[in-house]
Amino acid sequence: MQEPVVVTERLTKRYGHQVAVDAVSLTVRRGEIYGFLGPNGAGKTTTLRMLLGLVRPTRGRARVLGGRPGERSVLRRVGALVEDPGFYPYLSGRDNLRVLARYRRLPDTVADQALEQVDLGGRGRDRFRSYSLGMKQRLGVAAALLGEPDLLILDEPTNGLDPAGMADMRRLVRRLTDQGQTVLLSSHLLGEVQQICDRVGVIAAGRLLTESTVADLRGTRTLVVRAEPVARAGEVIEIGLGLPVRPFDGGGLQVDADPDRTPEVVRTLVTAGVDVHEVRPSERTLEEAFFAMTEDNGPEETT
Amino acid sequence: MIGSVRAELLRLTRWPVTWVVTGVWLALNVMFGYVFDLLGYRDAVSSGDRRLAAELLAQISPAGVPATMTQGLPLFGGALVLVLAAVSTGNGYGWNTWKTVFTQGPPRLAAFGGTMAALAVVLVGIVVLSLVVDLAASAVVMTAESQALTWPTIGELAEGVGGALLIAGMWAAAGAMLGIVAKGPALSAGLGLIWVLVVENLLRGVSGLLGALEPVTDYLPGTAAGSLAAAIGGVTGSESGGAPGVVTILTGPSAATLLTGYAVVFMLVAGFLMARRDA
Repeated sequence: MQEPVVVTERLTKRYGHQVAVDAVSLTVRRGEIYGFLGPNGAGKTTTLRMLLGLVRPTRGRARVLGGRPGERSVLRRVGALVEDPGFYPYLSGRDNLRVLARYRRLPDTVADQALEQVDLGGRGRDRFRSYSLGMKQRLGVAAALLGEPDLLILDEPTNGLDPAGMADMRRLVRRLTDQGQTVLLSSHLLGEVQQICDRVGVIAAGRLLTESTVADLRGTRTLVVRAEPVARAGEVIEIGLGLPVRPFDGGGLQVDADPDRTPEVVRTLVTAGVDVHEVRPSERTLEEAFFAMTEDNGPEETT
Repeated sequence: MIGSVRAELLRLTRWPVTWVVTGVWLALNVMFGYVFDLLGYRDAVSSGDRRLAAELLAQISPAGVPATMTQGLPLFGGALVLVLAAVSTGNGYGWNTWKTVFTQGPPRLAAFGGTMAALAVVLVGIVVLSLVVDLAASAVVMTAESQALTWPTIGELAEGVGGALLIAGMWAAAGAMLGIVAKGPALSAGLGLIWVLVVENLLRGVSGLLGALEPVTDYLPGTAAGSLAAAIGGVTGSESGGAPGVVTILTGPSAATLLTGYAVVFMLVAGFLMARRDA
């Protein structure tokens, strides 16, 4: 089996009494889009900064592409956008990328290629300070793409982008993984993560709450039943079929049952003289799963 | 480190601040080194003060270029390059560009070394430009005044260029260190300027009253810079046509050694902090 691209073992960062990241152990596999999900201030950025060698962990260890975070040979194969894109405001977007390309010992021409990839080719000669928030963000992603790195670490890459820009960014990220690159992206936008990520790690108050596929995180599917009289319907399903039932928005019922059992539920209700108006499968959104998890393990004082 | 140097050179040479500092320095140099001295010389001639006229003419003459070029550096020129260096390292924190640079792969010391090397190239450029401009200004003034042109020897020119680079380099290292210590441009440039322009002068003034302070003030960075300028022929601020900051406290070799020591210490502190601290 191939070695994971990123592995952390009880990675911890403490600032005085404040624990920013608390024993986070995560694994990013080759070729996947890994979503690092958590509310603002959960410790996402600090974790990413540790993976890039910008911040030293207080405890724990991390391996990135088989090496130590921040090691030259590792960073040469990593492209990163962490927090706000940091560029020289007086230089054009193109010159900013040329400066970074020189740091990477790459030819200046890679700057133009990267600009094209993020649709900034037409504005490449304008000064960075004249860019909109979305353009700055795209230039940040362009910088991360320099040298076609094996691993891209993108911290909130759709920050500041309009809906069209966000869709473009998602397409770009997918295209990169199609080319074999691995993407670790942090986000607080659940819809975004649900749409593009293969696996997610959920972090809150510095702790990694879970790590799984999006489907697993959303959990089992349920049935929503609207029937009259509703009390009788609940009894029939609970007693007759032995399935747990909960009230659902607007006078319906939520039944913990796989959608495969729909015919059986309908048959039982109709036989019992209940009028059935609607039976449909229902899936938890990632948002519901996320809130269920973070409410249980919500932010705490970490002092 | 070559990649880092090329990268830093690109961003420094395209930075308006670099050109503003260079332009201001050249303008100050010409104004204080030639325009005011020429006016003073003409006054001295018309008032019949032959001694002063001869002194000023010697300073304006091409042979005086090494001294003229160097004597502005201990104070004003030093302050300018200190600001340039402080904002070039300090802004890296304000703009978050150090973070971006560090994620590109260069070891932090290579990135720092690249910045210092690029700053050194800029300083060489400034000093060479000063030399050319000063020689041209001197030749123009002397010709206009119908005076014979006496050129400096190669040795004197080398001494002037070397001295100017050493003084400017020491102040640039101090500025770069302050930018990294303060993690920002404003505080570092402000503190550096107060030190160069005010604190050292005050300390030297106080040491006149408190003899115990003298061993300290005699070895301050500005004292070393001023002493080296004087050793190259710079005229002290108390004399006519002299420059503030030029002092005759240390010998040339002692001043040069001390300046080198300061520059090395400043760079070591800056490099250590950059390599060790979280970015």
